Amino acid sequence: MLVPFNIMTRDSYQTKAFAAGMLNPDAPRPGEVIGPNGKAANKRYDVYRNNVTVSLINAVADIYPAVQKIVGEEYFRAMAREYVRAHPPKSPLLFLYGQNFGDFIDGFEPAKKLPYLGDVARIERAWLTAYHAADLPPLDPAQLSLVEPERLAEICFQPHPASFIISSDYPAHDIFLMNRGFMELSKVDMDKPQALMMTRPQTDTRLILLNKSEHVFMNAILKGSSLGEAATLATEADANFDLNHNLQMLLATGATTQILLDSKGVSQ
Amino acid sequence: MTSCPPLRHRDEASPVSSEGSHSRFATRLKDKLASASAGVGFKHDHLDAILDNPGDVGFLEVHAENYMGDGGYPHRTLERVRQDFPISLHGVCMSIGGPDPLSKDHLQRFKALVDRYDPAMISEHLAWSTHEDVFLNDLLPLPYTSQTLAHVSDHVNQMQDMMGCQMFLENPATYVLFENSTMSETDFMREIVKRTGCGLLLDINNVFVSATNHKFSALEYLDAFPLEHVGEIHLAGHTEQEDDEGQPLLIDSHNRPVSDPVWSLYEDVIETAGCIPTLVEWDSELPEWPVLRAEAGNANTILKRAKRMHEMAPLGKRHASSV
Repeated sequence: MLVPFNIMTRDSYQTKAFAAGMLNPDAPRPGEVIGPNGKAANKRYDVYRNNVTVSLINAVADIYPAVQKIVGEEYFRAMAREYVRAHPPKSPLLFLYGQNFGDFIDGFEPAKKLPYLGDVARIERAWLTAYHAADLPPLDPAQLSLVEPERLAEICFQPHPASFIISSDYPAHDIFLMNRGFMELSKVDMDKPQALMMTRPQTDTRLILLNKSEHVFMNAILKGSSLGEAATLATEADANFDLNHNLQMLLATGATTQILLDSKGVSQ
Repeated sequence: MTSCPPLRHRDEASPVSSEGSHSRFATRLKDKLASASAGVGFKHDHLDAILDNPGDVGFLEVHAENYMGDGGYPHRTLERVRQDFPISLHGVCMSIGGPDPLSKDHLQRFKALVDRYDPAMISEHLAWSTHEDVFLNDLLPLPYTSQTLAHVSDHVNQMQDMMGCQMFLENPATYVLFENSTMSETDFMREIVKRTGCGLLLDINNVFVSATNHKFSALEYLDAFPLEHVGEIHLAGHTEQEDDEGQPLLIDSHNRPVSDPVWSLYEDVIETAGCIPTLVEWDSELPEWPVLRAEAGNANTILKRAKRMHEMAPLGKRHASSV
């Protein structure tokens, strides 16, 4: 059929039908896709279908090696296949892919026996985000000493873009480390909840295990609470909360980049 | 950026000689090749080994998308190798061959890399990878028609305008053909060059893969290819599967050494066209560094031989020896 060029819309040719089959194994080969000299092209079209699906499964596997180690390659690839078909990437930057893979695992019926798996996935996702995060110098401890003592409670901190808090009802921190080869495999107590802070002050990412009040404090600080508010919340969680220790930890881990005198202004 | 010459759109400018068709952008890599040194696709796993013993590797090519994060180790690494090598920035995901408008975000990210790393050349593929908002992570094929020609030309112009320099468009490896194609791939690419002033990246493995898959002659394809506009050559390995009728179907897998027939085609091209910056790609099942370095060494041997021949041959004879 001849269609005048100027009335054809951009959507009217090739990619719609071709793309439709890429993540849908039941979609037929588009009629205009052929082999040479009238040869059949079903297997040929399937090469693309296979490339797309396998490369996206590989992308998920690259982001979640610990999850794959826990469930095994075959199980992982079957789960990832369902994931890529339900949630194909919306950006060509595949290091951003899989943001909701942890939530997907939480809802993935066959994985219900491994209730910590989604948390391990969330740690792995944050790990890659921290890896690519902007290079910003961590807060210089000297900045803190410049704050007038009576204003200390008011200050807020600018979180470093590589800083994350992840809490789990399970020992997800240990499970993550063991399955990434950072910690020797050993028996873990499944009734032990763990919270962690992830930071990347220079090039290397660090994980810091947090106790109850540290978790409340760091979480509040990274969400923008003032120092006073965060200390109050942490003391409510644990009467033995130690502000000095926590401030030291905040500085030593490089979790923040600047002091904000209030929510509007940066110090100095 | 000093390496980015102003664009000259072929349609508007006075006739451009084949010498002028290579911008200074490409010339910089060509100068590097005065000492005949092929490049390789850079993988982080090879970083220490490359710095330790680069051999005669003359430049590194990186996939632009791998460096589109804000910071961290990838940028540390690229900054480090950039100190020692010219960099060729090779885009994999611009989706130039699709009908959808190019992503402005992606163009800006690419431009940021051009500004930051001052690449010796930039390139992209004659293929598409995004449909509407879904990224399919493969180099998907397109029919060659007046309509796709218009879209691809628009996209190449848009990319060159945004980057402020010439780009090089790579011929694809394909597994299917389109019933509605009205032009050959070589005519299509020649016309893109004419309309946009872009250069071409000739992937000889892609030519061999497509020629085998679609039962055409790779030599005839190369004969029809506008070699005078080629600013870079790619070499890579492929694997073999079977098509619907049990015939060989080659897959552009970049996981093996360059095959003998591809080396042979490469020798023919270099003999005809002279030294052209050449890159060996190896993207999965990575070998140890010395294996990849040796692949570049093979290309260098061929380039050096051609260079000697071209230096010795009088001009007239050089043309007569062309295919």
